[in-house]
Amino acid sequence: MGISTVDIETLMQNGCEWLRGTGPDAEIVVSSRIRLARNLAQFPFLSRADDSTKSDLEKLLHNKLLNLSAGPHLNYFDVRSLSNLDRQFLMERQLISKELVEADGARGVAVDSGQSVSVMVNEEDHLRMQVVRSGFSLDECWRDIDQLDDAIEEDVTYAFSEELGYLTACPTNVGTGIRVSVMLHLPALHMTKEIQKVLGALQKISLAVRGLYGEGSSASGQFFQISNQITLGQSEQQIIEKLQEVVPNIINYERRVREALLKDNRAKLHDQISRATGILQKAQTISSEETMDLLSSVRLGVSLGMIDDLDLLSVNELFIHTQPAHLQKIRGETLDSGERNAARAAYLRSRLAEA
Amino acid sequence: MKKCRRCSKPATLHITEIHDSTVQKIHLCEKCASEYLETPDPSIDDEMEALLEEAGLGEEQDELTCPNCGITYREFRKQGRLGCPHDYVVFRERLTPLLENIHESTHHAGKFPKRAPDASQKQYELIKMRNDLRIAVEKEDYEEAAKLRDHIRQLEEQQAT
Repeated sequence: MGISTVDIETLMQNGCEWLRGTGPDAEIVVSSRIRLARNLAQFPFLSRADDSTKSDLEKLLHNKLLNLSAGPHLNYFDVRSLSNLDRQFLMERQLISKELVEADGARGVAVDSGQSVSVMVNEEDHLRMQVVRSGFSLDECWRDIDQLDDAIEEDVTYAFSEELGYLTACPTNVGTGIRVSVMLHLPALHMTKEIQKVLGALQKISLAVRGLYGEGSSASGQFFQISNQITLGQSEQQIIEKLQEVVPNIINYERRVREALLKDNRAKLHDQISRATGILQKAQTISSEETMDLLSSVRLGVSLGMIDDLDLLSVNELFIHTQPAHLQKIRGETLDSGERNAARAAYLRSRLAEA
Repeated sequence: MKKCRRCSKPATLHITEIHDSTVQKIHLCEKCASEYLETPDPSIDDEMEALLEEAGLGEEQDELTCPNCGITYREFRKQGRLGCPHDYVVFRERLTPLLENIHESTHHAGKFPKRAPDASQKQYELIKMRNDLRIAVEKEDYEEAAKLRDHIRQLEEQQAT
């Protein structure tokens, strides 16, 4: 099993699904994502698994994932043997979680060539599988992950009870083990502070809001991930339908506020977007946070047609390529924080020179 | 949702009794509450019950241990993660109100795996043996550990076929 940095380099060179900037409502819905948590019946959960049990589990699942009878071909990465930089890279691509990076013992991730499917082994649960798609496409995510789940289940017995459904390490995931989420770019709602109303309303109907990188991350770049909290007592379909019902209202709200801004504050908005572009084109050193904020304005400019020589894919890529691990991969060297800020500015200058 | 202390229906009335300096919270359903309120003084039994609930019994329940993975309810409360699938059975009484709180439900309504889950009880044997193995290794009882390892392998092979 040729696990080497070549594979990571290939991932790096290939674009990833959720950045494509296509699919329904892609100017606002960056991506749709569904994950399932599953555990094998004959093993303890990971909090009670010692090193040798973790190794047994990892070997077994690693083997299954490379030999699935249906579904996409998966490449497996042994996360324990990866460098810190490669782990961070996978995390920036949202192929693995912070929890998997920080876990210890045998663990890994299987990823398809389009980087739409990823299956983490030995995270909080034995298996955490996810399917991501560009734009607002939850039905397609469910179709794919349901098939993947069936294919994995052909050879293993999941921990399941008729009463409580799929049994998970944390009772917050028990039942369906599903998390359905959409990542929204909401700069206009953020700018006008209307976002507070949206967040309040979502909380009342048991939907959670997180930042770009999930649990505990802040909503930088005006990206918001909205997902279900309830996993028990509702079917997967009902949980998906709830998001399909709620999210279009947020999309329309963002669109209405954008239109109002264009009508009443066009000059100011144009100024803000132009200034953001100007800084990104000229800066000599720039932090990750400032980059995210300014790119958010640029992305809004592209969506509104105020910037016409950039497309959504290019802007989405800039968000990810200016993250610390991606930047170091592009430069092919390890950089400290100060060096990264200079390298980030240089990269942005070169990519935005003609824009 | 809390359960009524006298029957087990959902409690809809929450009464706070103050005697001298002790405060006692009593959760009751509507029927039991009207009976309770008609009785001028709470019976000794009720007070005893409340005390047990808040101190003694609670402690005992915290030491409740899963025979398969060895985790106690206290440990679960501390780390927020269960130790094995069987914990949902062992800690059932304690987990039910928690699930009601989180999910507003205690019954699965989604997908079923194609594989029949009835073999699961047998699968839990393996969890117990792995836990025994871990303890044997900790105690440096290598003879016992070797036996358990062979036994685990045998069972795994049986289940794989």
